[in-house]
Amino acid sequence: MPTDEAPLLMARGVTKLYGHRIGCQDVTFDLHAGEVLAVVGESGSGKSTLLSVLSTRAEPSAGRIEYRMRDGVARDLFRLNEAERRLLLRTDWGFVHQDPREGLRMGISAGGNVGERLMAVGERHYGRIRETAIDWLGRVEIDESRIDDTPRAYSGGMRQRLQIARNLVTAPRLVFMDEPTGGLDVSVQARLLDLLRGLVADLGLAAIVVTHDLAVARLLSHRIMVMRHGRVIETGLTDQVLDDPREPYTQLLVASVLT
Amino acid sequence: MTAAAYNFAYLDEQTKRMIRRAILKAIAIPGYQVPFASREMPMPYGWGTGGVQVTASILGRDDVLKVIDQGSDDTTNAVSIRKFFQKTAGVATTTATAEATVIQTRHRIPETPLQAGQVLVYQVPIPEPLRFLEPRETETRKMHALAEYGLMHVKLYEDIARHGHIATTYAYPVMVAGRYLMDPSPTPKFDNPKMHRSAALQLFGAGREKRIYAVPPHTEVVSLDFEDHPFEVNRFEQPCALCGAEGVYLDEVVLDDRGGRMFVCSDTDHCETRQAAGHRGTMASPIAAGEGGRRAD
Amino acid sequence: MYVAVKGGERAIDNAHRLLAHERRGDPAIAEIAPEQIAGQLTLAVDRVMAEGSLYDPEIAAIAIKQARGDLIEAIFLVRAYRTTLPRFGCSQPVDTGAMQVVRRVSATYKDLPGGQVLGPTFDYTHRLIDFDLAGTTTPAAPAEAAAPLDPAPHVTALLDGEGLIESNPDRAAEPGDLTREPLAFPAGRDLRLQALARGDEGFLLALGYSTQRGYGRTHAFAGEIRIGDVEVEVFAEELGFAVPLGRLRVTECEMVNQFKGSATVPPQFTRGYGLTFGQLERKAMSMALVDRALRAEDLGEETGSPAQDQEFVLSHVDNVQATGFVEHLKLPHYVDFQAELGLVRQMRREQAAAQTEADGRAEADKPAEADDLAATAATLDREAAE
Repeated sequence: MPTDEAPLLMARGVTKLYGHRIGCQDVTFDLHAGEVLAVVGESGSGKSTLLSVLSTRAEPSAGRIEYRMRDGVARDLFRLNEAERRLLLRTDWGFVHQDPREGLRMGISAGGNVGERLMAVGERHYGRIRETAIDWLGRVEIDESRIDDTPRAYSGGMRQRLQIARNLVTAPRLVFMDEPTGGLDVSVQARLLDLLRGLVADLGLAAIVVTHDLAVARLLSHRIMVMRHGRVIETGLTDQVLDDPREPYTQLLVASVLT
Repeated sequence: MTAAAYNFAYLDEQTKRMIRRAILKAIAIPGYQVPFASREMPMPYGWGTGGVQVTASILGRDDVLKVIDQGSDDTTNAVSIRKFFQKTAGVATTTATAEATVIQTRHRIPETPLQAGQVLVYQVPIPEPLRFLEPRETETRKMHALAEYGLMHVKLYEDIARHGHIATTYAYPVMVAGRYLMDPSPTPKFDNPKMHRSAALQLFGAGREKRIYAVPPHTEVVSLDFEDHPFEVNRFEQPCALCGAEGVYLDEVVLDDRGGRMFVCSDTDHCETRQAAGHRGTMASPIAAGEGGRRAD
Repeated sequence: MYVAVKGGERAIDNAHRLLAHERRGDPAIAEIAPEQIAGQLTLAVDRVMAEGSLYDPEIAAIAIKQARGDLIEAIFLVRAYRTTLPRFGCSQPVDTGAMQVVRRVSATYKDLPGGQVLGPTFDYTHRLIDFDLAGTTTPAAPAEAAAPLDPAPHVTALLDGEGLIESNPDRAAEPGDLTREPLAFPAGRDLRLQALARGDEGFLLALGYSTQRGYGRTHAFAGEIRIGDVEVEVFAEELGFAVPLGRLRVTECEMVNQFKGSATVPPQFTRGYGLTFGQLERKAMSMALVDRALRAEDLGEETGSPAQDQEFVLSHVDNVQATGFVEHLKLPHYVDFQAELGLVRQMRREQAAAQTEADGRAEADKPAEADDLAATAATLDREAAE
């Protein structure tokens, strides 16, 4: 696990309330460059709420989140102005949705989907955009001949790989993933996980992966955070937590699946 | 109710002041769409109410007005709007581009280069260049504020990927003064270069959508493109059949039901002026030449 | 046939002459008078006044006559006339609670103070063509109540007394006016209601209906519909009190809607409101349904249906805007069309060239006789074409 002197992302006491209902409460952790953190728990545990807040899609009720920008300066995410926030979202960050339809433009060709971020940051050379798109399609194992097809003509697994390519094309340093293998068949899941693991390692990406699937956590993550009722109840190195869980709830989770 | 009951150029002075304020703001921020309290006009929305309100607000008693639709002074809507201002403002009108101080247009920019002191008023149906990519006003406003225009290039990318070239032929998006993405109204892209650093003031009025925007004289207006797929204008393979002009925009006229076609200037004033000066195309008839030339009405 | 059709001006004049002729119809039949329209087609006049945003039955009647009965065209005429009228000020809010009702029904209470008053309604008529109306008729004089009607307090006021319905916050500020200021999103309820009041009855009816069928359900009860005359007053600065200007006939609908409550608000009923000039019950009810649907976001309810989407509703509710833009498609577009023609031809040429190239590659592999056959076929095609 590569580490840096200062963390890439720092969360301190992050809390999100919906009226009196707790979304997530008092979540604190550091994420370093190149580190993959899995957030696991059952549905309703608060892991998706946490992801929304971390990725600035929802505002926290309390707590702060800092991100170290490319210039090395750590900034409070909720003090960024709209322009800075949106630039961050489409350059230095990626977000892989469980349902690729949410993360793709379904009426735009695969090439256009991958090229969008490049054009958003000012690339104006069609040939280069296309070359980059072809390169990325290759890296996510989509045949070059499919570049002008829209994702509507793609299978579920291909869509998910396309969504990943679309996110990674600007070489982000941090990617958020929400149940990235959720909607897929088991055989397709395995291939996708394999691909993701390779890409994350090759690119030295940091990632926060929300999943209810401990197998996904084991395969992808260095560290793991177990959530229940909106709180983090256990955290540690992935193998340690999964092989030797301390908390009874985690033990139950681990025992309930074949890993 | 007679014309006498209405103010000069129809609108009351309060309204004109409000519109002029919007115009001034638009000139100060080239390409930015300024919301204005568009009034109900006695012609239907979508038929030039925005252009008419802008013209009504800037028209003075000494102005000479020209109105064109599709490049022609004689199309029904151009006639109707010209009549409206004859009736309500009593200003002089002309069909000669060079003589006009205010030109209201739908879908064309005159072929004769405009001069300093002239104002070109465009009628705009949908002012938002991003509208068909993003239907929400709240979102497009944000995209303009942050100059987030990547999506527009995605559209052009898709054109090239599908057709080998950009397949947008009219209402072709432009960047104004390097800042705001602007819809030039549904003029053919042939006319886009005429907007670039034009000596005339260009004003755009969208009545139904309640927006005014402007390109001040000598402003950079750049059509979007890719470095390796540069912007190109529509080309015609033959000159005007009446006046022999080349490098002008042509209308295709169907002569019969057996595929007979002729191509003639869309700018009728330009065509007539050339014919009066003795230029002849392949199908020019002596009668057409006799009728040609400038008319002042 | 020749180019650059001159004489647009003459064509327009002639078209207008023909229009006037057609409008008059058979000269052997008496010309319809605006008084007849205002007196006998009152509901048409009411609609034109409501959507034209101008309370003037006389103007509305002339507009209907001028528009040959096309109500949207008549609304357009009234709107264009209204723009030119000077604006002296803003009236006091009308007190619909003090309305002299000609009709007042509640679906939520069997009986209530002020009573249920059916009034002049089509409800409970059997929709059978009345052939007597083909001739002249003299209907019986209306029945009269023995005593004046009791005052009729609003149904929502009764609920409010118990705290069961959200209170209607008093807004001291002058409401917005979308005919004077451009509409910006998100629009407040004042502007939304104004847009709906001027909006197209058919569009609102369809949207209101859609909420009943599940696209943004509001669980509505018709708390009350009342029709009658209200006094319009204007505050006279120099006098220091409000002086009456005249009376208006209006229709008001208050829908009472279920609301589950939220983290901060206990469960209670909420309001949907409709108010129109004249007697326009269908419009007022639809408006109240859509008003409530548009409040979904403010109330923290799930959104996503057309009637809950204010950009969608407010951008498309105005029939004068809608009809103008739809009908502008009949204006000449030949410059744009020419550009598209050129493009389609170019793309067809490119495709044909690509096809020829592909065929050429295939041809090269073919035996010679096949080539001859293809050539013969091409000759035959040419001959057939000539």
